[in-house]
Amino acid sequence: MALKSPWITARVGQRLSYRMDRRVPLIAVVILLFALGTLITSVSYGEYNIPPLEVVRTILNVNQDSPDYANERLVIDSFRLPRIVLAFLVGAALATSGALMQGITRNPLADPYLLGVSGGAALVAVALIVVLKSVPVGLLPFATFAGALVTAGAIYLFAWRNGSSTPIRLILIGIAVESLVGAGTTVMLLFGNIIDVQQAYIWLTGSVYASTWAQVYALGGWLIVLLPLALLLARPLNALNLGDDPAKGLGLRVERQRGLLLIVSVALAAAAVAVAGTIGFVGLVAPHIARRLVGPAHEGLIPVSALLGGALVMLADLIGRVAIAPSELPVGVVTAMIGAPYFLWLLYRSRNR
Amino acid sequence: MTSQAQPLAQSSQRVPGSRALLLPGLILCCALLILGVVWSITLGAATISPQVVFQALFHYDAGNFDHIIIQTVRLPRVLAGVIVGAALAVAGAIMQGLTRNPLADSGILGINSGAAFAVVLAVFLLGNPPLSVYALAALIGAAAAAALVYFLGSMGKGGATPLKLTLAGVILTAFISSFTTAILITSQQTLDQIRFWTAGSLSGRDMALLTQTAPYMIVGLLAALLISRQITTLSLGDDVAKGLGQNTVWIRAIAALIVVLLAGGAVALAGPIAFVGLIIPHVVRFIVGVDYRWVIPYSAVAGAILVTVADVGARVVLRPQELPVGVIMALIGAPFFIALARWKVKR
Repeated sequence: MALKSPWITARVGQRLSYRMDRRVPLIAVVILLFALGTLITSVSYGEYNIPPLEVVRTILNVNQDSPDYANERLVIDSFRLPRIVLAFLVGAALATSGALMQGITRNPLADPYLLGVSGGAALVAVALIVVLKSVPVGLLPFATFAGALVTAGAIYLFAWRNGSSTPIRLILIGIAVESLVGAGTTVMLLFGNIIDVQQAYIWLTGSVYASTWAQVYALGGWLIVLLPLALLLARPLNALNLGDDPAKGLGLRVERQRGLLLIVSVALAAAAVAVAGTIGFVGLVAPHIARRLVGPAHEGLIPVSALLGGALVMLADLIGRVAIAPSELPVGVVTAMIGAPYFLWLLYRSRNR
Repeated sequence: MTSQAQPLAQSSQRVPGSRALLLPGLILCCALLILGVVWSITLGAATISPQVVFQALFHYDAGNFDHIIIQTVRLPRVLAGVIVGAALAVAGAIMQGLTRNPLADSGILGINSGAAFAVVLAVFLLGNPPLSVYALAALIGAAAAAALVYFLGSMGKGGATPLKLTLAGVILTAFISSFTTAILITSQQTLDQIRFWTAGSLSGRDMALLTQTAPYMIVGLLAALLISRQITTLSLGDDVAKGLGQNTVWIRAIAALIVVLLAGGAVALAGPIAFVGLIIPHVVRFIVGVDYRWVIPYSAVAGAILVTVADVGARVVLRPQELPVGVIMALIGAPFFIALARWKVKR
């Protein structure tokens, strides 16, 4: 009996095909179910408690006769759902960004937060908020993208020496740049008035508090363009992962593909920062778990990372709301509480390598 | 010889111009420090002439308004800067010598954030603790963080490489800071009491806090001078030190204790300030060579000068706004760190 192929291939027309690990669809469905469960729990929990079943019925619009329908509709539509959906999208963006970054730098420790890219985006956002007072939601991602791109470029440039940028230098310089832009952000905050500044502090630790549908659409627009692009770039990324020379041997235009991947990755992180501030460790943890689930091929790794990142941030946000109720922890604090030990564990596990 | 030790050794191979110049040089630095201190005291909302500063220090007149300002506001602040700068620089010098890691600094390695978290926790739990608790909490926090970072950063092959230590420090900082943030968000009262302090600033430090924290740092500085010879030996490598008959375990333990006293005391007084301990020892080693009997006193004086001048900058640059001195240090220190990572980390 022939062995079952470990791959499945989806074809669109003659030229476009997408090959991924056989486990991917099943794992994706499991994660989606988990995310759905978290969503329903998260929507149901709060000051105004709505039983889970009622949540489902309200979202599906099948209980319009119920006396609480109007209230529930209001709470769910204007307060809880946008926040929770945004948390999912932010997590998906950060995790994809991290997966790409880890692939590009061939460095399992790369993360938009650790590499200072999120910090650069945050600096521009804070500067805009302080100077312009009110910034249109749709504009902010473009500004943070510019900031993040400049930061990423600077890190790459500083780490470049003797014709290469080693992973170690990238990380160390990313850390330094992170503290530099952090200092810049603090300076900016000194010019803001105290109310803006307190808001900015919460935002800087990463929060989806008081999110609106406008923010969901702003981030969603970027994701609709960037996520398919990331999937299309998965195969070149696999080749890049073999090293520059083998990739060239496979006929890849290495610098061009790498540049494109870097831009997509930075754009994803910047768009997430624009709506939710700097949330750390998701871009690190989600791709790692995904790699354990579906292996290192990026065709499967990228979508599973995205789903997983979304589910994780949604869960972290729920934990932040429950942990010290009635006040709440910003989601960035929760991801650091969970992600940092995971990272230290990775460091511990790699001790004999 | 481990790979990460090479860069440090290289940077330190430079032969000092002449040993006879070391003592006069140190005296010159002290004179510069005194000038800086006087300059710092003269600056403020109202400029006070140096003559008045000297009168206020040596012939205090309780009826003179300027004298009162100097004695109660400006002098404690500048003294805090001097002692914090000296403590952080010497702590950095010892850590760089001990771990043979050119990127060691109490801020980067997470020791400052451990101390800061312990202080915030103490204020949160105890409500309004006496000032002596600040210092004690900071010391315990610094010790715990130092032990944890060293454990995590030195596991496995190659021991404590700059990358592993730095990563462990940065991640531990992120981890601890998330708890600090959590406490400050939960407790408005803690936030009110501690806000002046978390940014790493010398603003509003009074004599009472200074007298509670300075003794730890002074003891630390003196002890550092006493074991400076042993640190020189250790900085050549464990094997050499053992070959010379040194009990490396004890010296390491004592040196670690000194770092905790210095960094913990500095954080209790001024909040977390990074990069002083990174920059100063490098500059000092470049000038005076590798002998820690000179590196440590020079680091102390140079660190004091740096923080004093940075604090003047913090008050002057954006007048009337005032920057936390920690921000100034990050603006100076991060480019310095980039240069080090670029040129000193070979792999």
